[in-house]
Amino acid sequence: MTYARDVAALARKDLLLELRARETLPAMLLFVLATLVAFRFALPADASARASVGLLWVAILFTALLGITRAFIPEREQRVLDGLVLAPVDRSAIWLGKVVATLAFLGAAEVVALPAFGLFFEQVTWSTVAAVALADVGICAVGAILAAMAAAGRARELLFPVLFLPLSLPILVGGVGAAISDEPGRYLAFLALYDGVFAILAWASFEYVVTE
Amino acid sequence: MAVAAAVVLVAGFALALLWAPEDADQGPSQRIFYLHVPIALTAYACFGWGAWKALRLLWTGDQRYDLESYTAVHMGTIFGTLTLVTGSIWARTSWGVWWSWGERQLVLFLILFLFYAAYFMLRFSLPEGPGRARISAVYALFGVVLIPISFLAIRLAENLIHPVVFTRDGPQMSGDMFFTFCVCLAGMLLLAGTLYLNELAGKRLDLRLRDLRESLELG
Amino acid sequence: MIRARGLERRYGAKRVLRGVDLEVERGGFTLVTGRNGSGKTTLLRLIAGLAAPTAGELEVDVERGQLGFLGHEPLVYRELTAIENLRLYARLYRVPEPRERIGMLLERFALWDARNQRAGSYSRGMLQRLALCRALLHEPELLLLDEPYSGLDSEGAELLDRELAERVGRATFLVATHDPQRLAPLASGALAL
Repeated sequence: MTYARDVAALARKDLLLELRARETLPAMLLFVLATLVAFRFALPADASARASVGLLWVAILFTALLGITRAFIPEREQRVLDGLVLAPVDRSAIWLGKVVATLAFLGAAEVVALPAFGLFFEQVTWSTVAAVALADVGICAVGAILAAMAAAGRARELLFPVLFLPLSLPILVGGVGAAISDEPGRYLAFLALYDGVFAILAWASFEYVVTE
Repeated sequence: MAVAAAVVLVAGFALALLWAPEDADQGPSQRIFYLHVPIALTAYACFGWGAWKALRLLWTGDQRYDLESYTAVHMGTIFGTLTLVTGSIWARTSWGVWWSWGERQLVLFLILFLFYAAYFMLRFSLPEGPGRARISAVYALFGVVLIPISFLAIRLAENLIHPVVFTRDGPQMSGDMFFTFCVCLAGMLLLAGTLYLNELAGKRLDLRLRDLRESLELG
Repeated sequence: MIRARGLERRYGAKRVLRGVDLEVERGGFTLVTGRNGSGKTTLLRLIAGLAAPTAGELEVDVERGQLGFLGHEPLVYRELTAIENLRLYARLYRVPEPRERIGMLLERFALWDARNQRAGSYSRGMLQRLALCRALLHEPELLLLDEPYSGLDSEGAELLDRELAERVGRATFLVATHDPQRLAPLASGALAL
């Protein structure tokens, strides 16, 4: 399956780049921790458990924003994208490779964030973990293609959050719902639906974003 | 533009019908419903039309569809904003608040407003050309998929986070009300159509003017 | 191999390419000349498929895997070494026997000793040579080179001369340059923008 190997090669490239540069992942880790601490101070002492769960999700979203912005947008990536587009690979493989790599970064950040949340606020339930896993897929799938769109124009770092946040609102609903509801199944199913629908759309349309 | 003229007439007729004392119901504030919901539905139609044109652009590569898609999204955003405004007014007159998170349409349109406002920011940041057309088209497709997904999300959120406090009558309309509603809806759609064709023609004219001016400068 | 008629490319109101006609036969070596800003780069990008014409017809009888492109940017990842960069491209272009091929090209362009250094540490001339390695890696049928000598010192230029001379007739070339004298002996056609 050459497609799978292309994706693997591209994902490996991104992971290797991060290993060398060591910029994105440390920033994400520090950011998510600092955000959680900030939220701890921002919440009044008698705040409900529900409120704090919401903040976890906001922290995750913003950390993802930080990470994905770094993925496509730095100058170097923009200029080199031509090289990938010229190659005889499926353009959707470029997207998928980026998604895989971003998932790895986001996952790594959450490995730190979730226990920290458990420490600062309250216990993390299995439904929260499941929701985070599902939400990650949607975040990275949508984020990757939006980042490519933003990177094509001016003011990319400013534009990407503006593009990303409206589309991430349903994820917020699904995630918070799964974490605090008595029937997390519906919310998890919704997240899976979101993932499926938008991943397919992004996969099919990425070609048109990077070519003219 | 004779068609457009006739179209505007029908739209005017629809609005005239609105003011007719057809429906004696629970309070005059109900009237806004005849404005608010058709505007909302028209906005959806515009976004859908814009997505269709976007699809055609990606499918055929014919650049004409870019302007059509953009104009449709523009119309949709205008009507979407009007939806928010009329919805807010209705909430105010019905329940005394300017905003209600229990009001599904309102929340949905807020999300869509944010999304489509970003459409224009995106478009503005891109250099003119086939690249911008494609990226705008893909974004428009994302938008139209976002509509049902957001609707689902809002329904789910209601169960949990924002309890439904206010109910409003929808489909349980009497025959008269339903008829008025349909006419208003038709009027709104026609109005949107007229504005759409108008703006499209205007923009096309601008482009041609620019082409001619450029040829003159070089000639 | 390449057939273009009335090619036009505009960016907003500005028309960078105006009614360009071009025909390049298989095995041909065509020079594209013109002042800065005359659209040489844009023309090459159109043919490479990196941009679409806003008017006119363009037919390029070559699939992506058989196309080699050298633009103003080297298109390499600065944080990766030369070898890692070429390995990635070899993988994407499905180059057979990638190790040998990469080694050979690095040697021919005198980059073998620097193969494990990050591309970001390369000098301008080295980057250009690495970019040439990348463009030639998959032994493409069609080569689009945009000012290939830019940044090269006399040694580098000689290496490039040699590589071009070897491939003339076997591959098709479209080379943009503002110094046509150097390549005139190899050229079979020219286009002035």
